[in-house]
Amino acid sequence: MSGNGSSSDGWVGRSIPRVEDARHLTGRGLFVDDIERSRMLYAAFVRSPFGAARVKEVSVEDALEIPGVERVIIRSDLESIPGLKPVLHRPEFVGVEVPLLSGNSIRHAGEPVAMVLADSPHAAEDGADAVQVDYERQEPVVSLDAALTEDARTVHDEMEDNVLLDVRVPDDPEVDEAFEEASAVIEATFTTGRVAAVPMEGRACLAEWYGREDKLVLYTSTQVPHIVRTALADVLDLPQQRIRVVAPDVGGGFGQKCVVSREELLVPIASQRLGRSVKWVEDRQENLTASFHGHEQRYEVSAGFDEEGKILALKADIACDVGAYSCYPFTCGVEPLMAQAEMPGPYRLKRYSSRARAVTTNKVPMAPYRGVSRPQFTFVMERLMQKAAKQLDMDAVEIRRRNLITGEEFPYESPTGVVYDPGSYIESLEKCAEALDFGAWTKRQYEARSEGRLIGLGFSSFAERTGYGTRAFALRKMAITPGLDNAHLKMDPSGNVAVAVGTCGHGQGHQTTLAQIAADELGITPDKILVRQGDTDATPYGWGTFASRSLVIGGGATKKAAALLADRIREIASHLLEASPEDLELEDGQVRVKGSPYHFVEVAEVARAAFLEAQRLPEGEAGTLEANAGFDPPGTFSNATHGVEVEIDPETGEVRLGRYVVAEDCGVMINPMIVEGQVRGGVAQGIAAALYERLVYDDEGQLVTSTLMDYLVPTAMEIPSVEILHLETPCEYSETGAKGMGEGGTMGAPAAIASAVADALSHLDIEIDHLPITPDRLRAAIKEAYEGDAP
Amino acid sequence: MKDIHSIRITVNGRTHEIEVESRRTLADVLRHDLGYTGTHLGCEHGICGACTVLLDGLPARSCLVFGVQADEREVETVEGLESDGHLNALQEAFSTHHALQCGFCTPGFLMLATGFLRENLDPTEEEVREAMSSNLCRCTGYQGIVAAVLDAAGKGDGLETAVEDTFETPDGQIAGVSPLRDAGDHGQ
Repeated sequence: MSGNGSSSDGWVGRSIPRVEDARHLTGRGLFVDDIERSRMLYAAFVRSPFGAARVKEVSVEDALEIPGVERVIIRSDLESIPGLKPVLHRPEFVGVEVPLLSGNSIRHAGEPVAMVLADSPHAAEDGADAVQVDYERQEPVVSLDAALTEDARTVHDEMEDNVLLDVRVPDDPEVDEAFEEASAVIEATFTTGRVAAVPMEGRACLAEWYGREDKLVLYTSTQVPHIVRTALADVLDLPQQRIRVVAPDVGGGFGQKCVVSREELLVPIASQRLGRSVKWVEDRQENLTASFHGHEQRYEVSAGFDEEGKILALKADIACDVGAYSCYPFTCGVEPLMAQAEMPGPYRLKRYSSRARAVTTNKVPMAPYRGVSRPQFTFVMERLMQKAAKQLDMDAVEIRRRNLITGEEFPYESPTGVVYDPGSYIESLEKCAEALDFGAWTKRQYEARSEGRLIGLGFSSFAERTGYGTRAFALRKMAITPGLDNAHLKMDPSGNVAVAVGTCGHGQGHQTTLAQIAADELGITPDKILVRQGDTDATPYGWGTFASRSLVIGGGATKKAAALLADRIREIASHLLEASPEDLELEDGQVRVKGSPYHFVEVAEVARAAFLEAQRLPEGEAGTLEANAGFDPPGTFSNATHGVEVEIDPETGEVRLGRYVVAEDCGVMINPMIVEGQVRGGVAQGIAAALYERLVYDDEGQLVTSTLMDYLVPTAMEIPSVEILHLETPCEYSETGAKGMGEGGTMGAPAAIASAVADALSHLDIEIDHLPITPDRLRAAIKEAYEGDAP
Repeated sequence: MKDIHSIRITVNGRTHEIEVESRRTLADVLRHDLGYTGTHLGCEHGICGACTVLLDGLPARSCLVFGVQADEREVETVEGLESDGHLNALQEAFSTHHALQCGFCTPGFLMLATGFLRENLDPTEEEVREAMSSNLCRCTGYQGIVAAVLDAAGKGDGLETAVEDTFETPDGQIAGVSPLRDAGDHGQ
């Protein structure tokens, strides 16, 4: 490894302020809706109010009478255009096409039936109200149980049942044998509620058609501009070079924007047909009712433990309610396959078998949402640990200590073949337990209980796989395989550097952290480095930002390309200094002869010579100061233990959070401030899923939590301060030693809170097997425990 | 039939006389009629607070106020906080306490906090949390926002800043304006 690494004199490892901040603090950021064009049209969608229906007739005449309405596009106008086809190349998968507009079958409330184009957003909405759709209602399928019954109506006519994917890890006879040896067998069913990412900026796009070049430009609030371009090229049958996709500032994504929405295809189609710029900005209700959801899962589990509390075997039947369609490009397999492959988590487990299903229902499709199945199976695994500890009369820390993978076992291979690189699993548990004074807990809890107070302490330990490269993703067998990313570095004649990357940060501060990485390699300050992202015409092909991949993969590519650019700078400087390139080092904006500090040339002078004074260099040496590199690592595991104190109000069922401690290890931290911001934000979303947020469908397939008055995103009053402790096990596989860490907060929080609530109520034998833990459920359970029967 | 009204609205000290359709909200007027796009819309039903501006000095949801209701009134937006190209103390504190990530909710929080700190010169953490709970942020977990508001109130003693190193551009001017602002304006 070259460069300064995490040494104290480098830029890596320092909490420098973010270059992104100034524009957002002054209102000079640029989000899609901030872009205006002359003669622009606005799109509004007519969406089905029913969860399941046939479209009998769509009449647009009244809409076209509305002043300002230019055009209404319905399914029959799109006959030559295919829908989106997310594909897994595996026999257990059933592919279903996502129609851009529904012309016949309605499969979820919110599904688009028509697109109205008008000269103002208000006229477009008036037009959408005036479109008449004649529906024939059908019985919607709105739960896992309903979808899996023998005679269930099928959500997709062409299917025989409602299972889109059904994968079994082959039955291992030794799993059953292991159960026979077990001292404690825990059998339980766990469920987790359907939630939404709720980025503060919803989806939005603006398409422009340039007739002069037959070129489409799409500004869209996306995490994956290059993938949007690939999808557009397929659907519109255009060469990719005739499409430019730009993600300007993006107001949060959390996974919801790492998939391609049908609206992102429909708006460009309208622009192409009308030859005008077309903008669409969804409102919050559309974002909740018609974008993507996630995390609605059920685990039927049995786990066997020996008398020492070590887990011997695990059997799991995992069902994910994936809604009406597969998401593009990941498919409905993203949740079940993740759960199946990684469920054992940070624990040493030899015998494991599972079945994982993606079940289709008349609800909004699932897309990856921060954590993807890991918040759910971490909740399951941690609850199993706690139940076993209780049965074996062992404490919460001891049972984890006995099961966590230890230092000498790395690299550790799980029963599903996943390889874990070194981490600090035991150390993070000990650190977290110590910070919360676990040793004194039993006494504290006893005293509180004697005062009638219900307090609990809960832990969750987890491993967070990040930086999935192509080979890791290839195991899923997606038709197009994510993984690699590229960086292109270019020095200009004044000695400033542009770093162009295929990742696409949207709040993670990549313009700061990637500049820190490049600055160390190039021996210049980060303010001389401008990171460009989110523009397919200005950046090399890349998979964008999701799955905690960007700092590992984009950062690795940046470091490699910066090292190559540093070589070029040394080559050119060698002519100016009449020294061998190997004898030169880059530091403080200078190229210096090693050991001879006064023999140097400024980097800016090297750049000037390369472009503006080429006569100073041998023929052929001038003109290029740039470098490319790609990076495609095998993947790496971060790890953490979360610990939280709770107090429950027995009268109201309210759970109040006390101290919240995270002991985490993400390898080398490029910018600790940003790492901590990711932890805190993730924990907030995990707390939300544990205690507050839940999307509820009624029997008619209507989402009844379709505003932020009903879907309870927590505020500063609910989210406590989070104390963060760091460990550092540098990653051997990433160029920088960093591991990804964008999702861990979300993974650890629900399990830790559930453990703490169960601990607070352990004397009442109340189990916490369902998320979210709402006051009504908790109050009912407490009342029942005290009174001996249901209220 | 469009229902048009003439209004006179002062934004960050500058008076604009414009014609406004009665159903346009103050947020529509600010963003699309006058170009103050720093005010963002996150829910359009008064919950998230991304669109918070100061109306005659008090925080208001600009998605819940009609443009015509701002006739003859003073509006302050995020664009008015900086002076001479420098961030004010609250903006600085947001950066040093890592109180923003994606930046979409940030203008609303800044205006909410500006209004709050004019009313309460000596707030406790509990008071700051309660006031800031008017708005939603999905990225930060609020800890940085609470710390930044306390710091801007002069109650930063004992608060750890998130930023360890100062790193300023040579002239101290605001750096980091989106390179895409230009690209976005002319497209191809």
